[in-house]
Amino acid sequence: MSSWTWFHRLASPPSFYRLADRLAPWLGWLSLALLAYGWINGLFFAPEDYQQKDAYRIIYVHVPAAALSLSLYVGMAVAGFVALVWRMKLAESALIAIAPVGASFTALALVTGMLWGKPMWGAYWVWDARLTSELVLLFLYLGVIGLWQAFEDPRAAARACALLAVVGVINVPIVKYSVDWWNSLHQGSTILKMGKPSITAAMAYPLFASLIGSYLFAGYVVLHRLQNELLLREGGTAWVRELMGKSRV
Amino acid sequence: MSAVLAILTRELRLALRSRMDWLLPLLFFVMVVLLFGLGARPNDPVLAGFAPSILWVGALLSMLLTLDRLFRADYEDGTLEQLCLAEAPLGLTVAAKLAAHWLLTGLPLVLLAAPLAVALQLPAAGLPALVWGLALGTPVLSFVGGFAAALTVALPRAGLLLPLLVLPLLAPVLIFGAGAVRAALGGLDAAAPLYFLAAVLVLCLTLVPWAAAAALRNAFE
Amino acid sequence: MSLQPFQLEIRDLAVRRGPRVLFERLGFSLSDGEILHLQGANGAGKTSLLETLAGLRRPASGQVLGLPEERGLHWLGHRNALNLSLSVLENLEFWCGLNGASAQACQPALERVGIWKLRHRLVRTLSAGQKRRAALARLLAQRRPLWLLDEPLDGLDRQGLELFAQLLGEHAASGGGAIVTSHQPLPAGLSGVRNLVLSP
Repeated sequence: MSSWTWFHRLASPPSFYRLADRLAPWLGWLSLALLAYGWINGLFFAPEDYQQKDAYRIIYVHVPAAALSLSLYVGMAVAGFVALVWRMKLAESALIAIAPVGASFTALALVTGMLWGKPMWGAYWVWDARLTSELVLLFLYLGVIGLWQAFEDPRAAARACALLAVVGVINVPIVKYSVDWWNSLHQGSTILKMGKPSITAAMAYPLFASLIGSYLFAGYVVLHRLQNELLLREGGTAWVRELMGKSRV
Repeated sequence: MSAVLAILTRELRLALRSRMDWLLPLLFFVMVVLLFGLGARPNDPVLAGFAPSILWVGALLSMLLTLDRLFRADYEDGTLEQLCLAEAPLGLTVAAKLAAHWLLTGLPLVLLAAPLAVALQLPAAGLPALVWGLALGTPVLSFVGGFAAALTVALPRAGLLLPLLVLPLLAPVLIFGAGAVRAALGGLDAAAPLYFLAAVLVLCLTLVPWAAAAALRNAFE
Repeated sequence: MSLQPFQLEIRDLAVRRGPRVLFERLGFSLSDGEILHLQGANGAGKTSLLETLAGLRRPASGQVLGLPEERGLHWLGHRNALNLSLSVLENLEFWCGLNGASAQACQPALERVGIWKLRHRLVRTLSAGQKRRAALARLLAQRRPLWLLDEPLDGLDRQGLELFAQLLGEHAASGGGAIVTSHQPLPAGLSGVRNLVLSP
């Protein structure tokens, strides 16, 4: 019972807005610290890879970006599901707040993957299973963003996007499986296989730090976007007017 | 059941009255194949290797042409309101409408694909996989495309948005459909991708009508 | 077969269209045998109110109680819901099929609205008033207690207006209710009409 009142309070835009205000700086500073540790150590102090030399160092950006691209899509679909079933405004705004962030990380994962591919595979683009499914994922994100842009009414837009995101998330494992199958069909053009390199602690700790740091950074950006979205959606209500009045003083 | 029958009769009747609506996408399909042929050297044997992907992409694109119209007329003349409020559940009506769409656009594509494949010099070993793949895959195109059309029915310029919504969702269908043909040509078993297409089809038949119905209801708010 | 009695009660209703609140704290009631003439300036939310009562649109807040259930209401939007490439009869038969009404109901309904002779004409060849009559025929093809009519008089000529008044009067007399939006006054001779003006 008490947990439900807590849930309802959190779901109301003004109390969530205030919570986000308190939470965001923590996320921001923590992610900055972790990313600084992870990237400085990863880029300068971690040992060189035996096979890939310095080129492997892009994993400190690439791996977090790739992980986030999928996590954020799932997060977006969960928000969409909540928005559809409980018609919760906060979830509708969350979905819209997440989409461009997820698309950006997907694009980053693609670009870093291609940059890594040039020295490793000898070409910027190789029809590798992971890169290809990442590209499809980018298009799934762009579909949601495009649909959002096309609507005038934000509520109708949010619900349409929610439906698309939920259908999309069912589709993601199908894409993944199909692309893996497609890639395995051609044994002739097998790409340079890396094997499973044993990763030393000096490489692993910075990787973990940059992974967690990136997640916190994404959380920070999403929170701020969500706050803006709430202000836009709730413009004219008492709590927004009060807030704006306060900030002007 | 009478509702499903009513929808099917109506859609087929309308198709008979405006034949161009479903003949043009078929012509488009043939033209795509023709253009690929013209783009290659005459009788280039390489073309046969690309035949599965040419035929599948052609089928995808010609289905795409028909989507914008799928619910638009009903939305504009008010029929959609009656469908939403009718006694028959909207999911069922939508499923019937999408089934009619497949009968009018998907099925002819399946039938046309075999002669076109022969024209592209696809070896006979690949034909059954091609036709089976299209038979299982084109209903998925109708259903997923119908979902996207329902999402955008209230938008004036949906035509530009539809490819972006539909094509990434349909990537697996293309992969398995064209892949089945290549597997058959390579002497591998084409059953696995075809079974997978069948599974995707079942998933679509059960889930998509309800998602599309929710999208259509959303058009009024 | 008599109509199911009902007592419609609207409480504290608010409806939004996009970001705009059309009206708030709207309350009224309607029982069987009553006709409510809904008036208001353009954009006051008449259509949105009807759509909300019909269930096409969700209210932002408030309650709609006592809607007659199961084949409870007829919706006639400002668009006729007729496909231009189908004939009058084909359109009506399609609607009957969707709603489990017998196809035999089509002939008396079309005769009553005076377009039985036009039944095989494609809708695109009809005049605006004839199309409106074809849409009105749906109300007669299946008996339902509550009629929600959005601008039903549009395009009707003088005889059409008389016909509409008769239909509505008979409906109310037999225990039905109706909510009608219209810019023009409802035809004279209807009894039990109440007015409700939506002001922004």
